[in-house]
Amino acid sequence: MNFGSLFGRPRSAGTAHHRLQVLLKHERRGRPDLIPVLREDILAAIGKHVTVDEDTVRLKIDRGETVSLLEIEIEIPNETKREQKACA
Amino acid sequence: MAQVVVVTSGKGGVGKTTSTAALGAALANAGERVAVVDFDVGLRNLDLVMGAERRVVFDLVHVVQGTARLSQALIRDKRIETLFLLAASQTRDKDALSDDGVERVIQELRQSFDWIICDSPAGIERGASLAMRFADLAVVVANPEVSSVRDSDRIIGLLDSTTDKAKRGEQLEKSLLLTRYDPARVDRGEMLGVDDVLEILCIPLLGIIPESKEVLHASNVGLPVTLNNPDSAPARAYADAARRLQGEQIPLTVPSEKATLFSRLLGRRAAA
Repeated sequence: MNFGSLFGRPRSAGTAHHRLQVLLKHERRGRPDLIPVLREDILAAIGKHVTVDEDTVRLKIDRGETVSLLEIEIEIPNETKREQKACA
Repeated sequence: MAQVVVVTSGKGGVGKTTSTAALGAALANAGERVAVVDFDVGLRNLDLVMGAERRVVFDLVHVVQGTARLSQALIRDKRIETLFLLAASQTRDKDALSDDGVERVIQELRQSFDWIICDSPAGIERGASLAMRFADLAVVVANPEVSSVRDSDRIIGLLDSTTDKAKRGEQLEKSLLLTRYDPARVDRGEMLGVDDVLEILCIPLLGIIPESKEVLHASNVGLPVTLNNPDSAPARAYADAARRLQGEQIPLTVPSEKATLFSRLLGRRAAA
């Protein structure tokens, strides 16, 4: 809480400065394709064991100040159901 | 039916990205399904203005080139469920976009959205011409200032000659969004007035956005101005413009800042 916020809205320049610092730290590091490469490798590893439909893969990232959080959601088909279908 | 809107201006820095974010958020707030698409490959900023800069994984170039699905590249807004962002690539250049690829992506977006708002880069080069090429209607953003009005006139010429709609012999609907407008300076004869600009450009007026410190404040925190402070003058002006896009008839006025209790106590109005 700063003095300005007592009389209305908090000052936003500090927020702008912080957002730029975090963003530019990532952009200057120069590995823009890291996430797509990781995705390919992870899918290939899983693909060795099960068939993955690429449409069901969901990827989320939250680039933080010191670490980034990568979330990969992969639907793995239910093998038993498929066997049942094959028998029917 | 989906509407593809291009937000364009020719000149840089007049408020295309601010307007794309503000109009997109206002339409989505009204329950419409909206995708805002950044065409400024290499110099993206719509993600930053929308506050989604930490969450971009895939972008327009990935989808155009087929290395990612559209559903994987669309980033859902954290505040409005029906608002999505398709970011531009920050590391590639505009040549990474093929005409066919962009057309395919726009067609796919048409299937799931009511509004597809294309934020054009400044200039008249490839990125700008691709952003406008598949549009159903154009929002021309201009400041009441000579170089901006001149560049808008040039852009209107391109909209009428190079877009697919124009080439089919159809009329591309265009409207003017006059931004950074200062009624007090217009009254004093220091700034071009609405009528002056309309007389020169000869296109209908979509809205007048008053000059306001709220615009910088909203971009600082990464929120469209219509969400950051919906009661502020520019937010109300953008909300009215969004309703006009939806076909509503709303009288054209220049909203001014409401006096706060604090400014009233001091016996003066907040900046108009």
